[in-house]
Amino acid sequence: MFVINCPYCGEREQSEFKAGGEAHIVRPKQPTELSDDEWAEYLFMRKNIKGIQFERWNHIHGCRKWFNMIRDTSNDEIKAVYKMGDEPPKI
Amino acid sequence: MSKNLRINSSKYIDQTNRISFIFNGKKYYGYKGDTLASSLLANDLHLVGRSFKYHRPRGIMTAGSEEPNAIVQLHKNTSRTEPNVRATEIEIYDGLEASSQNCWPSVNFDIGGINNLLSPILPAGFYYKTFMWPASFWKNYEYFIRKSAGLGKSPTKADPDIYEHKYIHCDVLVIGSGISGIMAAKTAAKNKLKTLLIEEKPNLGGSTIYQNSEYFKINNQTSSSWLEKEINEVKKIENLEIKTRTSVAASYGYNFLLARENLTDHLPIEHRKNKARHRLLKIRAKKVIFATGSIERPLIFDNNDRPGILLSSAIKRYADFFGVACGEKNILFTNNDTVYETAISLIQKGINIEAIIDNREEPDSKLLYEVEKNNIKIFKGYTIIDTSGYKRINKISIMQLSKDGQNVVGSKISLSCDCLGISGGWTPAVHLFTQSGGKLKFREEDEVFIPNIAPSNQLSVGACNGDLSLDEILINTQNSLKKFFNIKNTDYDNLEKLSSTNKSKRNIWLLPSDKVLGKTKSFVDYQNDATAKDIKLALREGFRSIEHVKRYTTTGMGTDQGKLGNMHALGIISETTGTKMGELGTTTFRPPYTPLTFGTIVGRNVGEYFDIFRKTPIHDWHVEHKAEFENVGQWKRAWYYPKKNENMYQAIQRESKAARDSAGILDASTLGKIDIQGTDASEFLNRVYTNAWSKLAVGKCRYGLMLNEDGMVYDDGVTTRLEENRYIMTTTTGGAANVIGKLEDYLQTEWPELDVYLTSVTDHFATVSVCGPNSKKIVSEVIPNLDLSDESFPHMSFKNAKIGKINCRVMRISFTGELSYEINVQANYGKSVWEKCMEAGKDFNITPYGTETMHLLRAEKGFIIVGQDTDATMTPIDLQMDWIVSKKKYDFIGKRSLYRSDTIRDDRKQLVGLLTENPNEVLEEGAQIVADINKSPIEMLGHVTSSYYSPNLKKSIALGVVRGGKNMMGQKLIIPMEKKNINVTVADPVFLDKENKRLNA
Ligand SMILES: [Zn+2]
Repeated sequence: MFVINCPYCGEREQSEFKAGGEAHIVRPKQPTELSDDEWAEYLFMRKNIKGIQFERWNHIHGCRKWFNMIRDTSNDEIKAVYKMGDEPPKI
Repeated sequence: MSKNLRINSSKYIDQTNRISFIFNGKKYYGYKGDTLASSLLANDLHLVGRSFKYHRPRGIMTAGSEEPNAIVQLHKNTSRTEPNVRATEIEIYDGLEASSQNCWPSVNFDIGGINNLLSPILPAGFYYKTFMWPASFWKNYEYFIRKSAGLGKSPTKADPDIYEHKYIHCDVLVIGSGISGIMAAKTAAKNKLKTLLIEEKPNLGGSTIYQNSEYFKINNQTSSSWLEKEINEVKKIENLEIKTRTSVAASYGYNFLLARENLTDHLPIEHRKNKARHRLLKIRAKKVIFATGSIERPLIFDNNDRPGILLSSAIKRYADFFGVACGEKNILFTNNDTVYETAISLIQKGINIEAIIDNREEPDSKLLYEVEKNNIKIFKGYTIIDTSGYKRINKISIMQLSKDGQNVVGSKISLSCDCLGISGGWTPAVHLFTQSGGKLKFREEDEVFIPNIAPSNQLSVGACNGDLSLDEILINTQNSLKKFFNIKNTDYDNLEKLSSTNKSKRNIWLLPSDKVLGKTKSFVDYQNDATAKDIKLALREGFRSIEHVKRYTTTGMGTDQGKLGNMHALGIISETTGTKMGELGTTTFRPPYTPLTFGTIVGRNVGEYFDIFRKTPIHDWHVEHKAEFENVGQWKRAWYYPKKNENMYQAIQRESKAARDSAGILDASTLGKIDIQGTDASEFLNRVYTNAWSKLAVGKCRYGLMLNEDGMVYDDGVTTRLEENRYIMTTTTGGAANVIGKLEDYLQTEWPELDVYLTSVTDHFATVSVCGPNSKKIVSEVIPNLDLSDESFPHMSFKNAKIGKINCRVMRISFTGELSYEINVQANYGKSVWEKCMEAGKDFNITPYGTETMHLLRAEKGFIIVGQDTDATMTPIDLQMDWIVSKKKYDFIGKRSLYRSDTIRDDRKQLVGLLTENPNEVLEEGAQIVADINKSPIEMLGHVTSSYYSPNLKKSIALGVVRGGKNMMGQKLIIPMEKKNINVTVADPVFLDKENKRLNA
């Protein structure tokens, strides 16, 4: 079970958080102008990387804030956490 | 059985404290400090159980938690009964009652033993192969299999014991208190780190604490006396906590570990009252040091499972620690030096050794020479090819090994014995290390898996790290500790050491025999009765992956997870397939390391505390009025209120009729409520609901449908504009938490520019919903100064009001199709407002109704319930709710998905009404819907989602989803049931008051 360093609250148990899938997928500003394929790319396609992955997490049983995490999915090592809207730190 | 094999006093056994216990109905005696196993052995009793599949007699094999055979049932037929308890771990106490498992009528005569004779027809995969066909016979097979299989009996009565959970945070956790564990704990604690030392046995010191041999010395003292002094020092350190009788069950990532602290299992039952039995420790450690030692390997030869065959290290422990001889005519069999340590202990204590079989041809070992001095015959280069003795070993046959070790040569020699100690070398106990993600490597020299890559905050020391001799342990542990803690010195830098182990080993995974393999029973997994032959059979049948072979043969799948034999299984697979061990990998070691009771896992979360549930502020009233409750999410909701002698159906019919004829009252407090504020609140609602919100006037309410980005209906509810920049949104009861999570997601990540704030206020309010033609009269009596006229307070509007001094929000909204008012008050006034409504409604037969009637009433109106009439595949168009989807809005969540090629198909499942040919026939929810019953295979068009007998329409009504249902109005369909086919007609889902006249009745 991870210990996650919420950018707003500090270190907390994983059980306080909810994972929210891949990060940095921006919702298209004009969905109606996209083809089915383009929309499907946004809607369904995820990388599911073994290794360094950028993820969204929500401190659902804490401050309720969403934030980003860089995690190595092969060993669950959390490389960095950063706020929504921030540039991912270099790792 | 009258023999006494207690040989001399041991300081770990209190011979002044005699303890009586019952085993298989007979009374025995042991001493304080004994385990069940040691005291049975002292009584010369080896046969303790029968094996799982062949019901072969089995004895005690080990002296620890790795025991595969000696598993017993404690306190049979009582509420404290527990199966699969290892006799080697349970400490005896007065009144202990234990019995053998897997045998009927008794361990000495077991009718299942016939399986042993049938074993040629019970090969690996037997159950899979035999009981597959015909499928309809499975019921019959299962009965017999279940009756004769199974490990022990589960308790049938409630567990009378208390269990608890505790969190522990520490700087350093050390698991195992053998010599390396003690070194680690002391070093950590002396460097001012908060340290926790955990030991599964009742005492500290591992196997070194009874290593009294002159051949193993530290600073010129026997290793036992050196360690004893260390332990005495360790016990005095203040920032070091020691927990004995505590077994680490699981090791997860981020140094989170679970351990079971056993608090009362060693106490007589009458001393356990009001004490917690087990404590589950949830440990978060900054650093973890594994000092879990190693487990001796057995050797794999024909009939290697007889009672009286033990690991050689177990014989040593019984002799040195418990002062018990395991036999009077002992033979030891080895491929390495370990048995000579055992032999020296036995010689010291005057226990007779008949012979030693060493499969090495010319072992050069100090220990061996010492043993030879005592005129003990050592057969070098020999192997055991068979054993005999049904309930206790009485003879072994040996032959010389060929040079390559693959065959036996020469003539057979028979030796008689009553106990055989075997040693196949050692397997580092890396289970916990791998559980948390540590990677292993294979060490070719002695064919062991040892830790390779570990997280930086974990360390393995001692035997579990592959250091199997005293000098290696002392040197490597001390060096590793320095690096791990980044320190210059330890107390162990200049130890003088004497270690006499010769590390040579002649490893032969499956020892050869003069018989063909098919005629042998060489057990690899004792508990599950998997033999070398079974593994080879699995390979012949095409299984290659170790994980598949494991499942097919059940090797390593017992309660001991194959702690003894897994390596041999791997070895045999490797040899047979010509794959290198290192490349084969190991099976995954899964938690728990040793079994946990359910009580330990659930702790205090039993009975009413098993799961969290939420009560509305009006809950007590429902209880007083004999409501039946249903679980909706975490809520307990009033389901229906049966009157005397009423069944559920009758109660619901009465409630439903009353609500439409005069007045009904519903506790709607559980609906999710989200307070939405901010200058962009309207824009926000525009984006999250399918319909338009900007033009909703203050004081008005609107129904909204929320989609997922994939266009599927996610939630629904009525939202009210309280002020210019303030709304109150209601969600479904079960969806509340998810909805606010989703809204926060969009607000924080996609639309951070919006000035909107969300607050969950579900618990802040109680909601009393009064409906029916007389609801206006009732509400006007409860809130006299509120103008309820249709002009001032029309349908879908809201007013602030006061009941006395209590502020309330009144919404005129309806989920039943009746004129109806929802009164929202601060939660703690909920019950009194409810009671006021009941009082005011007396003359109108106001009838409390529960969720079931609510469902029936809304179904009459064709209103959907998200999650009942929808699953995650229904769009609003599928629900025939096109009217709620704004064509004008540029965007909202899910809009783009509504015209994907898949969502615009005509033949999607669509919501329709269903009317039965026979108006009294009520459909079953979930029943399949078909058009052509004769087609094969029958094409399933959809299923019934809601179905009721409507007392107001006096007929059966149902909603269902049907492929292409929108265009099937009036068409006849069939609901095939087990005993009949029911004819239905597709209908409009709105069954009652399509013109909504009743809303203004
Ligand atoms: Zn937080």
